[in-house]
Amino acid sequence: MDVLNLFGVTFRHGVHPPDSKSLTEHLPIRRMPFPDRIALPLRQHAGKPARCLVEKGDRVERGDKIAEADGYVSVPIHASAAGTVADIGWWPHPDGSMAETVVIDVQRHSPQIPRPRLVPSWEGLTPDEVRRAVQDGGVVGLGGAAFPTHVKLSPPKDLPIEWLLVNGAECEPYLTTDHRTMVEYPERVHFGIRIMMQCLGVKRAVIGVEMNKPDAIAALERTRPTDIDVTVQPLIVKYPQGAEKMLINVVTGREVPSGKLPMHVGTVVQNVGSIATIAEIFETGLPLIERVVTVTGPGVRRPSNLIVPVGTMLGDVLEFCGGITDDAAEIVFGGPMMGSSQPDMRTPITKGTTGITVLTTREVKPKKTYPCIKCGHCLDACPVFLNPSQLGLLAQAGRYDEMQDYYLQDCMLCGSCSYVCPSNIPLSQMFALSKTALRKQQQAAAAQASAQKSDAEKEGEKVA
Amino acid sequence: METPRFELTAAPHIKGPDSTPRIMWTVVGTLVPVILAAIWYWGPSAVLVIGASTIGCVATERLFGPGGSLRDGSAAITGLLLGLTLPPGLPIWMAFLGGAFAIGFGKLLFGGLGQNIFNPALLGRAFLQAAFPEDLTTWPDLSGPWHALRGDNFAFPLMGANPVDTVTGATPLGLMKFEGTHTELGRLIFGATGGSLGETAAVVILLAGGYLALKKYLDWRIPASIFVTVAVLSQIIHFFNPAKPDALFMLFSGGLMLGAVFMATDMVTSPTTTKGAWIYGAGIGAMVVLIRLWGGLPEGVMYGILFMNAFVPFINRATQPRLFGTGKEAMVQ
Repeated sequence: MDVLNLFGVTFRHGVHPPDSKSLTEHLPIRRMPFPDRIALPLRQHAGKPARCLVEKGDRVERGDKIAEADGYVSVPIHASAAGTVADIGWWPHPDGSMAETVVIDVQRHSPQIPRPRLVPSWEGLTPDEVRRAVQDGGVVGLGGAAFPTHVKLSPPKDLPIEWLLVNGAECEPYLTTDHRTMVEYPERVHFGIRIMMQCLGVKRAVIGVEMNKPDAIAALERTRPTDIDVTVQPLIVKYPQGAEKMLINVVTGREVPSGKLPMHVGTVVQNVGSIATIAEIFETGLPLIERVVTVTGPGVRRPSNLIVPVGTMLGDVLEFCGGITDDAAEIVFGGPMMGSSQPDMRTPITKGTTGITVLTTREVKPKKTYPCIKCGHCLDACPVFLNPSQLGLLAQAGRYDEMQDYYLQDCMLCGSCSYVCPSNIPLSQMFALSKTALRKQQQAAAAQASAQKSDAEKEGEKVA
Repeated sequence: METPRFELTAAPHIKGPDSTPRIMWTVVGTLVPVILAAIWYWGPSAVLVIGASTIGCVATERLFGPGGSLRDGSAAITGLLLGLTLPPGLPIWMAFLGGAFAIGFGKLLFGGLGQNIFNPALLGRAFLQAAFPEDLTTWPDLSGPWHALRGDNFAFPLMGANPVDTVTGATPLGLMKFEGTHTELGRLIFGATGGSLGETAAVVILLAGGYLALKKYLDWRIPASIFVTVAVLSQIIHFFNPAKPDALFMLFSGGLMLGAVFMATDMVTSPTTTKGAWIYGAGIGAMVVLIRLWGGLPEGVMYGILFMNAFVPFINRATQPRLFGTGKEAMVQ
């Protein structure tokens, strides 16, 4: 598609939850003061957790590397505030588990001046040097999945990349992190795009922005550079438009083949916030130690868009935002469609935390479920054209093997089916559990097969 | 900061506005004008018959169904729909029995809501048709005062109905089939004809169906497919043999409107896939034309739908949606 459609484009199927962004979409991003304590999990990105470099009692400055990348698909972690390492141990993690975490007592009354230029400036760097600087800067995708950015910047040579797709859809209800970044830092977004385009060697970049953010579209248009091919594509508001496969389909008309990656259709997708972060580390010389977080929902007293040091705990952020209301019923990291509920106020904001959504008793899902009435609404909602109704019946019966015949592995867990289900069947949750159960079954089967094989070999030896 | 107890649920944490009870009660609501039309034409008999079948359904669900299942409204729908398929003069104990059979054997025996293969209301009617063929084919005439009973509604069980003064007539389909006479289209559209209680106002049924289709509480493809199939097939046959009725007569006579809009679209017993909906509707349409024109019965909507209900699992399996990223739409470099 060469001519952009100014009336907006979108994908097939999907759902229309109320976007609920008016709570924060007009609030400028503010900086939150440093908390007394921060907790930095070693696992904040997809891939291998970082390897710890500090010990209890060590003094760290703001920006110091406290854990190094362990292998290629891994990034280092940096101290987001100056202070003393108070503890290294198990700490509540946003994914619901306990994870190895470096806890730092932040130095009181410190101006928190970072060390000068930990990341080199961009001018004159080769693509390889840029990738190394991005990895050393601890940059990951800020849209939620936290995939290391330098890996995305290094597609295999035999897969030519034609398009850089910049994901400014922000289709999750409530969240305005990317929205405010686009409105307030459009030059930074364009600078990040320039760096990525040069690194990938692509000629064409398209920024996809949903049409409920006209001010973001205007800001990006106003600052659009003329020497490179960057365009802004308005998108008709629909969930889950920000899913990679959907965005690629919307902008290029291509479908990422089942089981393949965006680069197999000549695209790299990067979230707007991550792109701004790439620009930011080269501008300020600081690694990724803070991020924009939307604190929102009817259950929070002062909804805000905040710049928060990575590692700030949930309780401190909520307190800064005036606390929660009496009817607050659920606290979600991320948005309400794909976010995860949090039980513990000590849970830290990590690099992948897009926002904090506090729902009240009015918004949380009802508990009552009904039997499946085969209305087919889930089939009309599924963006990858699965049959959630059938998959749900198979999951309830524990027939995980058969679920593969209905392409369970292609489910993105976007939650659209659960959202529309009139019987309130937790389809998406059942599919997540089924995927895990299936993986375990397969691992067990593989282990058994190899055990049998080695037994057979032993038997063979005995006979011989 | 003290940590109160919060909800810990899996994503998504919010839910759309539709719920199963809301869908069911909305359908009940759209049936109200259809029932009012029946009362307009048939007077107190309509209230008695529809009331008895509904009480039969609801009482059976309450007695034998899982706890609290009345709240989802599906038993009420079955009862109202069954009542609308019955002749106005039917003894109410038969209507009650039909309702009890519809829920007991048509739904609960299969495992309750969502599990049944056949439309319960139509299964109830098929049972009554088999058990009491004479009563089920006695069609009172529209003449007579509004408040008069249209038959021996209060007959005692198994004693045989007393012959009453009501004039019995014939349905437009019966007239067409057995006497070769045609009923005028205007009377068909507004329901001023003999027939079952719900064979009345086609216009009211279409409006109600349109509303449900807009709310996505019924799949518009199913009635559309039925109507197109019936119209095209019967018009072709009419062209070669003008003695057979034309498309408009076929569409607006008998129980086709009620069946196509409210019965064939029952979510539980119709296909979940969009392609499946077209196939299923076409199958029903073809069965209706076959039975009406060449079968032994004047009307074929009930058996047409029940017949296609049986094929729904196969239709679903054969029309699974194409997975995203497969087929010619997926471009592999």
